[in-house]
Amino acid sequence: MSAVVSLRDVHKSFGAVEVLKGVTFDVGPGEVTAVIGASGSGKSTALRCVNALETINSGEITVCGHKIHDPALDRRALRRDVGIVFQSYNLFPHLTVEQNIMLAPRSVKKLSKSDARALAHEVLEKVGLADKAESYPEQLSGGQAQRVAIARSLAMKPKLMLFDEVTSALDPQLTGEVLRVMEDLARGGMSMVLVTHEMAFARRVANKVVFMHKGKVQEEGPGAMLENPQSQELRAFLSNGL
Amino acid sequence: MMPLNLAQFEYLAHGALWTVGLSLIAFVGGSVLGFIVALGRISTNRLIRLAAATWIQIIQGTPLLVLLFLLYFGIAILGFDKLPAIISAGAALTVYSSAFLAEIWRGCLQSVPKTQWEAADCLGLNRFQRMFQVILPQALKIATPPTVGFLVQIIKNTSLASVIGFIELAQAGKVVNNAIFEPLPIFLIVACFYFAMCFPLSMWSRSLERKLHVGSR
Amino acid sequence: MSYTFDFSFLWTYWPQFLAGAWLTLQLSAISTVFGCILGTLCAIGRADGPRWLKWVIASYVEIIRNTPFLIQIFLIYFGFAMAGLKVSANFAAVAALVINIGAYTCEIVRAGLQSIHRSQVEAATCLGLSQVQTYWHVIVRPAIERVYPALTSQYVLLMLASSITSQISAEELTAIANRIQSETFRALETYIVAGVIYILLSFIVRAAFFLFGQLIFPRRRKLGTTI
Ligand SMILES: Nc1ncnc2c1ncn2[C@@H]1O[C@H](COP(=O)(O)OP(=O)(O)OP(=O)(O)O)[C@@H](O)[C@H]1O
Ligand SMILES: [Mg+2]
Repeated sequence: MSAVVSLRDVHKSFGAVEVLKGVTFDVGPGEVTAVIGASGSGKSTALRCVNALETINSGEITVCGHKIHDPALDRRALRRDVGIVFQSYNLFPHLTVEQNIMLAPRSVKKLSKSDARALAHEVLEKVGLADKAESYPEQLSGGQAQRVAIARSLAMKPKLMLFDEVTSALDPQLTGEVLRVMEDLARGGMSMVLVTHEMAFARRVANKVVFMHKGKVQEEGPGAMLENPQSQELRAFLSNGL
Repeated sequence: MMPLNLAQFEYLAHGALWTVGLSLIAFVGGSVLGFIVALGRISTNRLIRLAAATWIQIIQGTPLLVLLFLLYFGIAILGFDKLPAIISAGAALTVYSSAFLAEIWRGCLQSVPKTQWEAADCLGLNRFQRMFQVILPQALKIATPPTVGFLVQIIKNTSLASVIGFIELAQAGKVVNNAIFEPLPIFLIVACFYFAMCFPLSMWSRSLERKLHVGSR
Repeated sequence: MSYTFDFSFLWTYWPQFLAGAWLTLQLSAISTVFGCILGTLCAIGRADGPRWLKWVIASYVEIIRNTPFLIQIFLIYFGFAMAGLKVSANFAAVAALVINIGAYTCEIVRAGLQSIHRSQVEAATCLGLSQVQTYWHVIVRPAIERVYPALTSQYVLLMLASSITSQISAEELTAIANRIQSETFRALETYIVAGVIYILLSFIVRAAFFLFGQLIFPRRRKLGTTI
């Protein structure tokens, strides 16, 4: 079975600064990959490249059969297969929770209003927020907003979900409710790539951990790798990064 | 093909000078009155607040053209019908500007954080000292860009003084047009005069605003 | 001073005042609709159009905002005449009002567009929305909702500025007042009545904008706050 995501020697520069210096890793179907690393090591950039939010300079990225490095890439087709959740939720402030979720299914998949609404309630149920359908984003707590953002992505029935530090803006008690939703998703067989600082969560949920250091994958392995780091850099990161 | 002779062009330029003069009158008069109204808007006395708000509502709900006619005929009826048109034009523009400047400045005064007012109070400053030594210096910085912006509105609005026969730039244009009936070139030249006065002020206002935003970041 | 106010002429003239007020409202309403469309399109063009278009729109906006409406309306009125087009005073009035308010609307809406954060656009593209869909749902709509109060004030000013169209003899409220005072010689009373009507009209415009806002911005209706 081929990988859902595969990066091959990916290079990416912003101006003169090379942020990704040859990144290679794979995510198998149904697998959860946690990307960890110090601030500025290029985790977000790698994730954004996977979703074609950044254009790479060289190397190859294949996501659900879409060749990201191909100039003829059909971005809209790619984005129907990939959902992404950001640290800052990015909900649409002028739309209710339900409308936030219904927007893409209606505009992109041309679902009828009632179908889209049923779908919205289905995904809201999944993240435990069925009662918030009529609320506006500003009426939600951070944890609730982030769960809505996850639900919004799920409504597009993606084959792959990307998460970029989705809990780092949240209080510890709100972090838990978001992580639980993600864990449910993982158990449901969703392929996921998550950039995270939650080491305990990575260890428990991830099939694979990728440690990035200065634009490269320094070490990769199963969750247990975190208990027994091989490289000096990972050891240093684990001891003072938390 | 220049439709205007030199004398006519000079006549327009002379009108432009009066536009500047009338603008200055309106700005100075409007500032004094507007500042008082702005203070009234934030007064602790409810009646004064109400009076100031009513003043603003009435003036901002009436076209300047109607204000001009009101003052023009009003002053005449009061028995001063020999007064030059600049008096009623200046009065109307002063009244008009006062309402808008008051609203602009009220916003600026109120944007000074409440803690500053309280701090000044706690230091035992009286109301006068608090306003002039603590609040105004801070409010002034925020107030400058929109005030300069409103100056542009004043200059444009002085063109309406032409309806009561005051010979500023727009009226000068009409007079020249009555002589040679070449409305398009004449009013294009008049427009250029106005643009030359307003555009630099608009740019200045915008650059002040940009600086303010950069400074506050 | 022994002036006695005499409003008795109102008995004969109130239908004319009413007709003038009605035309003022009509001129304003039509200019509002077309001015909104023109201004929004210009704002979009200025934000995301090709270079030449940005430049054209910027020039238009600056020229309009830095010259008096009175001169603009003369130029348009005489411009039509010189071009050999016979248009009514009302048509010229609306044309001038639309061109004028379009520039102000453009500036206001542009500020709204600029206030929309990039991350909102990114979120929409990541959900697979097309450029046009993103533009409409995530940029234009919330931008207009955000600047709606500023637009309201500007359109009240537009209604008041329509008084200036009396100068090309559009028969709106101010023109009517001018005629009535010349017939009755009760200038002060006439303009007081006109002023009061304008104040009422500005309340009406405000109320109309408020109600329309409640209708098209459900978020506003529910939370009562601006985004
Ligand atoms: N759009 C951009 N333009 C220029 N430089 C950028 C851009 N985005 C990221 N960078 C730089 O690239 C480097 C890697 O950034 P990235 O956001 O990928 O790090 P990260 O590992 O996600 O860090 P963090 O944990 O802080 O989120 C940083 O030095 C950052 O300053
Ligand atoms: Mg990051």
